[in-house]
Amino acid sequence: MTAVREAPTRAEPAPPARTAQLAAAARWARRAPLLPALVFTIVVTQLPFVATLVISLMRWNALDPAHRGFAGLDNYAAVFTDPDLRGAIGVTALLTATVVLVSLALGLVLALLLDRRFAGRGIVRTMLIAPFLVVPVAAALLWKHALYNPEYGLLNGVLTWVFGDDAPQPEWISGMPLLAVEASLVWQWTPFMMLILLAGLQSRPQDAVEAARVDGATPWQVFRHLTLPHLRPYLELGALLGSIYVVQNFDAVFTITSGGLGTANLPYTIYQTFYQAHDYGQASAAGVVVVLGSIVIATFALRVVSSLLREDDGRAANRTEVRA
Amino acid sequence: MNRLLGLAAWTAGLLFFAPVAWMVLTSLHSEPDAATNPPSPAAPITFDSYAEFFDSNPWPPLINSLSASVGSTALVLLLAVPAAYALSIKKVEKWSDVLFFFLSTKMLPVVAGLLPIYLVAQHTGMLDNITFLAVLYTSMNLPIAVWLMRSFLAEVPREILEAAALDGAGLVTTLRRVVAPVALPGIAATSLICFIFSWNELLFARVLTGVVAGTAPVYLTGFVTSQGLFLAKVCAAAVVVSLPVLVAGFAAQDKLVQGLSLGAVK
Repeated sequence: MTAVREAPTRAEPAPPARTAQLAAAARWARRAPLLPALVFTIVVTQLPFVATLVISLMRWNALDPAHRGFAGLDNYAAVFTDPDLRGAIGVTALLTATVVLVSLALGLVLALLLDRRFAGRGIVRTMLIAPFLVVPVAAALLWKHALYNPEYGLLNGVLTWVFGDDAPQPEWISGMPLLAVEASLVWQWTPFMMLILLAGLQSRPQDAVEAARVDGATPWQVFRHLTLPHLRPYLELGALLGSIYVVQNFDAVFTITSGGLGTANLPYTIYQTFYQAHDYGQASAAGVVVVLGSIVIATFALRVVSSLLREDDGRAANRTEVRA
Repeated sequence: MNRLLGLAAWTAGLLFFAPVAWMVLTSLHSEPDAATNPPSPAAPITFDSYAEFFDSNPWPPLINSLSASVGSTALVLLLAVPAAYALSIKKVEKWSDVLFFFLSTKMLPVVAGLLPIYLVAQHTGMLDNITFLAVLYTSMNLPIAVWLMRSFLAEVPREILEAAALDGAGLVTTLRRVVAPVALPGIAATSLICFIFSWNELLFARVLTGVVAGTAPVYLTGFVTSQGLFLAKVCAAAVVVSLPVLVAGFAAQDKLVQGLSLGAVK
């Protein structure tokens, strides 16, 4: 392609100034299709964040607009000393870690089960994907009312079926609020992990596995020394993408517990601070804290995605070379 | 052993599917039958809850969700396809930095920008406006779409592009004959993913819309009343609102992974 592009320049040597002009024009012609998307993204996603940063340094309560002014780091001090917000930081970390790790483990088991031939594999795969395709609010409502309800929810109903009239009838949500939120999220995110890990399993080089089997390796040895190392980038990708989505979860906390009983995570708390308490400065400072936390996760995530991308481009390059 | 593992897979599949099946079954029972303990799965089937749901006039929120999702998906494609072209086929310099910039915006939690966006909407009179919501959904999905479309366009065979250029094919011919056949399935997959994410969104819609522009998820959150029996009705509403996503998701099962992993997994 390079040769084709250079051809006209060589055929008709232009004066240096004109060449530079042409080169600049060519560069801008290349950039042109990219610019609308780039400008749009900067305006809609980056400017609000800069504004949040500025507001986080201000004393600004919507109900008390007369006292708006510069607050320095007061809002940040408030974020880290306010027991609600400190609690929210802990809840967010716990919720994200639990949901991601449990769904990753379950997803791995399910992916291994599906990576084999058996009757009705397509149907099982479709059934397993279904939870991920229920609208999150609908899923949260379903768990709260149709499954967890202590009087007529399915969970206690099943207990009655199994143990008869003396069956224990726990109050799922008030008894174990955080676990209740986590279970509904694990149900929704396990299919996501399974899909990514299944794609990883199916891209595993079969000849190495065959060779190992011929050499008498046990299934456990094959899994431990061949499958698991191959799956590592996929496990990392699942964990990191999962973290990015789950750390932002709002729907489940909002619907199942309304942030009560110690389940308020940062997104919910920020929503509440600004929507109900109208403390704009403090809500923004909390927002900045969430962003700083996400940047730590994101740095790892970007590295993982970037390594997958490089492998991919490497494969593509090899393919081209072979063909050439 | 093989039979046992197949059985385990079936059991897991049925367990994960059970809540969805229960949601559908409950929506088809009368309110008293839906709220029994022990459950009565064999109770007579009735469509009363659906009739009641549609009588409560859910059309404005459903139409709002549809316009926000379809509108933002169209805008996303309009912006993302040319951008992906400039990041894969005729690459700009530093294309990989640009690609990672897009991805990094996806990692910025939406709550962090919520307040300024709310203030802008308030001052420009765009609160409770479905177009404003569609613009926000566009920004939410654009990075995903750029990555996905790039991963598809990267598959356009180099040799054919070069051959087309040598034969003196114009830009339009090249796009139509060489790029489009590879890009079209990618556009379909990207549209479905963007549609699903917009349709599901709750936080922005909850904060920025009210009576006029409220979307289906917002309508669902307001649907639960504390009075009387409502379980069958809630389930019917949840089924109706989830139906478009279930249909789109099952239709695009194969592309789902690629979209969710931003094109990193094929």
